[in-house]
Amino acid sequence: MYLLALKMLLGDRAKYIMLVGGLTFSSLLMTQQNGVFQGLLSWTTSHMRNMRASIWVVESRVEQVNETKALRDTDVNRVRSVDGVDFAVPLFQGVMKARAADGSDKQVQLIGLHGGTLYGRPAVMVDGDISQLRVPNTVVVDELAAQPTRLGAGLGRSLKVGDTFEINDREARVVGICKTERHFFGYPYVFTSYDQALQYAPRQRKMLSMILAEPKPGIPAEEVARRIAAETGMKAYTVPEFERSTVAWIWRNTGIPASFMTTIILGFVVGVAVSGQTFYSFVLENLKNLGALKAMGAGNGLLAGMLLFQAITVGVIGYGLGLGLTALFGLAVAQSGQPPFKLVPLYLVQTFGAVLVICVLAALFGIRKVARLEPAIVFRG
Amino acid sequence: MTPTASPHADGAVRVRGVIKTFGVGDAKTVALKGIDFSAAEGELHLVVGPSGCGKTTLLSVVAGTLDWDEGDVSVFGTRLDGMGKGAVTRFRRSNIGFIFQQFNLIPTLTLVENVSVPLLLNGAGRRTAEEKAAQLLKQVGLEGRGNKRPTQLSGGQQQRVAIARALVHEPRLLICDEPTSALDSATGHQIMDILSGVARAPGRCVIIVTHDPRTHRYADRITEMEDGRVTRVLDGAALGEFVSMTH
Repeated sequence: MYLLALKMLLGDRAKYIMLVGGLTFSSLLMTQQNGVFQGLLSWTTSHMRNMRASIWVVESRVEQVNETKALRDTDVNRVRSVDGVDFAVPLFQGVMKARAADGSDKQVQLIGLHGGTLYGRPAVMVDGDISQLRVPNTVVVDELAAQPTRLGAGLGRSLKVGDTFEINDREARVVGICKTERHFFGYPYVFTSYDQALQYAPRQRKMLSMILAEPKPGIPAEEVARRIAAETGMKAYTVPEFERSTVAWIWRNTGIPASFMTTIILGFVVGVAVSGQTFYSFVLENLKNLGALKAMGAGNGLLAGMLLFQAITVGVIGYGLGLGLTALFGLAVAQSGQPPFKLVPLYLVQTFGAVLVICVLAALFGIRKVARLEPAIVFRG
Repeated sequence: MTPTASPHADGAVRVRGVIKTFGVGDAKTVALKGIDFSAAEGELHLVVGPSGCGKTTLLSVVAGTLDWDEGDVSVFGTRLDGMGKGAVTRFRRSNIGFIFQQFNLIPTLTLVENVSVPLLLNGAGRRTAEEKAAQLLKQVGLEGRGNKRPTQLSGGQQQRVAIARALVHEPRLLICDEPTSALDSATGHQIMDILSGVARAPGRCVIIVTHDPRTHRYADRITEMEDGRVTRVLDGAALGEFVSMTH
């Protein structure tokens, strides 16, 4: 009977297409929007993955990695003096204007690394030598910065090792090209030495953005971070702690999650509305047939099972198509990296669950109608 | 629920003192007013009467598709009154076949699939059900058309498919609601010939509710109703006289 139930549904092409279309659109909205949201959330913590430091020491009011409240230069030594700290280095980070060869200004994320250790340097160098940062007026740029539309503007090609541009009217000579994950602000990375960064940046009373620290071997980073916070009064985060704090800050202080959640919920509601209405209309149009089946001895349980089977089948097809379209979207944006996109397997499972809930809700409208249907309806002309 | 033996086990269908009302208060309508009715095995029994006299309500009660307020109903010795809905559904599934005025074939299924439905409901496998359905289609003159859909057939052919569907699980009681009203005269007679043959099979009974006087000559017995009551039961010479008057 379940196979016949499926044929009954497939035979009504218009309703079938409407149902699958509605569920595809709903699945697409839910998965694509969540993919972009997860991608954006991933961007919020990409800075930590680009720098790869174990402990991040920041001013006591800082709650997320993209926020900077300057520290005193002497704070580095205070961290170094904490028991369990192997070493601690200063870090400068700030958004600067860089001038490309064609004279256009481009915003960049300037990172000043400790010259002695270059701790926090990018993991993958595509070209050049990062140790050359110890030479004055030198920078390493990421691939995004090197693009002809960014700092390569006016050259007619990407920026190469040996090319120059300006940061706040000072020369910056490229000694390396590196790979990075896109920063939350979307600006390309320019790495230089800490001392050089202080030359590039406008002078302020306090210039130290953060302190990066490494625990001594055998001592957990969590323990060392706790000691730094207790002894210096600054905040010290391990990477997982700073990631959680950053994501929590985004949830609390920006409209980004609410905006995406609204769209995701709308996707769910559209799914329920379209498939519920279409399925109910399908049941109404087949009421005589369902009544005939009931007269012939089909019980409420069997008919409910048939309706659920029909609804879940279109749900699985719609989800599959929606997920496929989302994957195509992901592939299309993978090259440019914009908008950010990340499919989380757990969320895909949750979305499938949501689609099944939509199907069950849609079927319930029909099941309720069929359960109340008197088989004698078939004798009423 | 276990069906209980009827005191009227010798008749195919026995209805005693059945009352059925619809609605409440001012809208209350008494459709069956303490009706008595019986049909025997091997009989083609017509129920006739003006619109609204309670024919269809009686048919629905006998088929177990409608609850009634008072009275006893037994079908082939099984009393339906007092049985739970599930038990009545199971009884109907295996013992009663239906032919509807508007055929009620499922348009998106093939003829074979439509005819196999009662067998599938009774737990038969798909292949077995479809083989048996094809045999039945052959018996009603639709051999080789099993893969067509109902919309590709004429009204008479659709009613033949409905007959095949009603008979495929070999029910003992066949309930027909206006089976010829949507058909032309020649096709109506063909359908009645088939139903007449079915009624003669051992252990079977066919009850037909009809407005169509062309069907009267096929009847073994006619029950005439008016205003929720049986006014006449005609058989033998009285039936012959009635047929000649109405034909």
